[in-house]
Parts: sequence; structure tokens; C-alpha cells
Amino acid sequence: MANILFLVDHDGSKVAKTPGELATFAKRAGSAIGVILANNGAGDALAAQLSGTEIDRLIVVENDEISKHGIAAAVSALAQVVAKEKPEALLVASSARGKEIAGRLALRIAGGVITDATDFRSDLSTTQSVFGGSFTVNAKVKVGTPVITIRPSSIEAGVASAAASIEKFEVSIEAKDKTVTISNSQPPVKGGRPDLTEAKIVISGGRGTNGNFAEVEAMADLIGAAVGASRAATDAGWYPHTHQVGQTGKTVSPQLYIACGISGAIQHRAGMQTSKTIVAINKDPEAPIFDLADFGVVGDLFAVLPQAREALKAKRA
Amino acid sequence: MVNGRLDRESVDAVLNDLDEYAIEEALRIVEPLNEGKESPEHTITLISMGPERTTEAIRKGLSMGADGGVLVSDPALAGSDAVATAKVLSKVIQDGGFDLVFCGTESTDARMSVIPAMLAESLGWAQLTFAGSVKVHAGAKSVEIARMTESGVETMSAAFPCVVSVIEKINEPRYPSFKGIMAAKKKPIDTKALADIGVSSGEVGTTGAWSEVLEAQPRPPRDKGVKLEDSGDGGTKLADYLLEKRLV
Repeated sequence: MANILFLVDHDGSKVAKTPGELATFAKRAGSAIGVILANNGAGDALAAQLSGTEIDRLIVVENDEISKHGIAAAVSALAQVVAKEKPEALLVASSARGKEIAGRLALRIAGGVITDATDFRSDLSTTQSVFGGSFTVNAKVKVGTPVITIRPSSIEAGVASAAASIEKFEVSIEAKDKTVTISNSQPPVKGGRPDLTEAKIVISGGRGTNGNFAEVEAMADLIGAAVGASRAATDAGWYPHTHQVGQTGKTVSPQLYIACGISGAIQHRAGMQTSKTIVAINKDPEAPIFDLADFGVVGDLFAVLPQAREALKAKRA
Repeated sequence: MVNGRLDRESVDAVLNDLDEYAIEEALRIVEPLNEGKESPEHTITLISMGPERTTEAIRKGLSMGADGGVLVSDPALAGSDAVATAKVLSKVIQDGGFDLVFCGTESTDARMSVIPAMLAESLGWAQLTFAGSVKVHAGAKSVEIARMTESGVETMSAAFPCVVSVIEKINEPRYPSFKGIMAAKKKPIDTKALADIGVSSGEVGTTGAWSEVLEAQPRPPRDKGVKLEDSGDGGTKLADYLLEKRLV
């Protein structure tokens, strides 16, 4: 049976939501083997958080040099796991780090790389959405072991009751992969809201908020959404740049995207038009965002959002 | 798109917005080091690969203040994937005797954002990418950056040679001055074919690609949605829609 390896994303103490998703994709082609790269002594606690996922085996690599020397060291460790396991493919969650690891690893193990796939099939082919979602591409690696990065939230993670077997694997990081030294690491400043790229629901504000994101945030908290912003809003300093959705910001593809006071310039659409369902609220009936919207309200977001919130609360009560 | 390839012929060859930040950052590092020197001790070379028209994009960077350019242009490069692109660019970098390479974080068309990391891999240089700030210690020949991504901020450093990629909040790129535009017309752009850099045509282009596009289709237009005027109950109707579709 084919072995599909995937990298378990974590922040040192907490695993991300993506490993369960990658395991479910991996199961389509064979057995799902997760690789945890962790500091000495941190592997077991991370592995424990993966119970209930479809992972068949977990390979735990504990080595402090990986977090100290960054991406090259992670690539070195993964290449050693690949050499031992000889998988049919290696999956990584799409993120700045995930894609860089994938690109370097592909060169190192002489395999082709595909980034930002939204689907992965049993024949190891992928689907990607390119040019801001205006084209859908099916692709396949034709040389070496495929290294594929998959966008978070591309699939609902499956559930399994059998626990994964856990094994430790020793690696040694070569000097050439230790040229970078990380002296300090600050986690992202997080509110209580989900990550923009991982969230099932994203609600974004634009020029129409006039700098007041209170209603957007209140709705986000009610429905468990992440908050995004258009470039107009981040450039005006109304919301942090890290929340920008669009061509020069994040690309999101949630189940539900709610655009509030966003006209829908191509710049913004490129970052959200693959969302499953799109809702738009805008005062301007001619706003191009309505061309994308499954449900559009021509009106003032400061009237529509609070009323919708009250109605949702009432129905839930 | 044509035959699963990005049709780069039908678009203008413009300087990638995100590369302007890299050029600006390189200028800000080199200019103080060269100040008061008879002839510049440190120079900036712009490297690109693409059709001949790419010289227009390079010329814009030269008008910002870079010293010269190298363009690898060859019909065999059409359809090259990231692996081939990294191979070609790293060959030029190796031959040029550079200390530092500055890149934007991604192209605005293919958007893979893997080339800087892949350059570091194929050159065997230190990878300092997604920099929100860069400090170059020319004397000590080392670089320190603040890497800013969705995973937070990391302070990292390395000795020369390094591949640095910069994010767009790092600086405000300058507009070329009239003087700069005039000066750029006289600056050298060295156009090379694959044979000149010792890369065989089989390693690049569609034949050399390690991945292939099986099928490419324009995304089907979205079904026409509902659009209603808020006449006092828009919020309630929105809530009904979300509940009915089980979206919240």
C-alpha cells in the first residue's frame, strides 16, 4: 500500500488544525504517516493532540536544532525521513513556512513541487485554483517524489477511533543547514478569533466601515468567524495588514465569506472568490462585489449587521 | 492561459510590484556604504528571466538606481516550472560573485512564493526570507532580519552569502527621478541565452518541468445570486438566509 507522508504543523506546543485534513487527503492514496518535527521532549505532547484523526503512523523527530536553525534544518530532517520511508508523496499545509519547506525539499529529493492545491486524489494528482481563482488547474508531478502543499480548510478532516502508532526517529542536521540562527521567536498576536486562512467563516470590512470595525467584529464573534479587511481598510490603518484579504494579502477560501462595505475590486476578489458561499453588504447597488455574491444586501452595514445579529440570536435562543 | 501554460506573451512585461520593495531595500543598504566614495564599492545587479521584453522591467529598476542587469532569455525557457526557474537564476547568481540576493516574496501572477527559498537551497546560501526589516553588517559580512509571517516574528541572522526576501511593509519604494530615468538608458543589461550560462534546454521549459498541468479551465461563473434592497428588514433576511443554508 502506498505511503503518504505529511508534515504536522504546530507552534511548539499546540498542533494546528491542518494535520487531520492532510491525513484525510493522504488516506485517499494509502496510509497516512504524519511527521512531527519538535524540540527535545516536546514530541509526545504534540502527538497526543492528534488522537481522533485518520493518521495511521506518527514519526516523531525530536531535535532542538530544527527550531534553532529554521527552514533548512527542517528540510534536512524531512529529507532523512523521506529517505527512510520512501513515500509515494509528501504533503505539507500551505503557509509561508510550509511552502518554503516544500520548495527546498523538492529540490533536495529531486521531486516536483505543486503549491496551494485544494484537492489531492488517489492518483496523486491535484487541483489548484490560480490567478486569483479565475482558473482551475489539474496538475501532477511527473518527476521524483511529489511534494505538494495543500491549502488549509480544503477538506473536512475525517475522524477515526484507532490511535496512530508512534515511533521516534533520530536525525542529524548537517552544518550546511545550520547557517541561519534564530535568536528570538514571538508568536503572532492573537485575539480569540480563528486564523484567517484556517477559518470556516470569514467576515471582512472595507472602505464602507469608515474605520469602525466594531459591527464586523461583533458579528465575527457571534458566528465564530475570522476578521478580514480590504486593502483600502488596511492601507488607511483601520485594521492590521496581517488581516488583509486580496492579491497582496491573504487568500482565503472559507465555507462562508461576508464582505461588508467592500466594493469588490479585482485586487480583493483575487483573495476570496473561491469561497463557497459569498454574502455582500454594500450601499452601492453597482458595487462589483454583487456579481460574486450568492446573497447580497444593498444597504448600510451599520443597520444590516446589528439587525442580522439580533435575528440570529433570537432564532438560536 | 494557453495549453495549460500562463500566456506571458499577451501581457506587458512590467516590474513586479513586490520586487520594487527588494530593489528599494537593496538601494537603502548600498547607498550609505557608497557615500563619499570615488567609484561605488558596492553595486546592485538586477537579474531576471523571461522574454526579451523583460528588459523594460529591468530598465525601471535601473531607473530607481540599480547599476546593471542580467536577463536570461531563451525560447526554451517557455513553460519553465519553479525548479527550472531556481536552477537558471542560481546559475547566474553563482557566476556573478554576489554576496546578497534580494527578492520580493512572490510574483503577482503565479504566486507560489517559493523561489527565494529554492534559490537558497540550490545555491547552498543562508535563507533569510519574509523580512519585515533587514540590517546588513557590511564589515562583519552578516545580515539580521525580522521574519514576519502568519506564524509570528522571528529574529534571525546569518553570514554572507544570503538570499533575502522582503515583504511589502518593509519600505516605500521610490519613484524613479527624471535623472534616474535618463541614467538608466545608459546602464548595461546583459542578455544571455541558456547556452551562455551552461544550462541545457532539456532542463528547463515544458520538457524539463517536474510537474505538468493536465487540464486548465476558467472557473465557471458563479450562479447568479439574490440581491435585495434593504428596506428595513435586510438584516433579518440575511439572518434567515444564513440559517436556512446552515451556514452559521
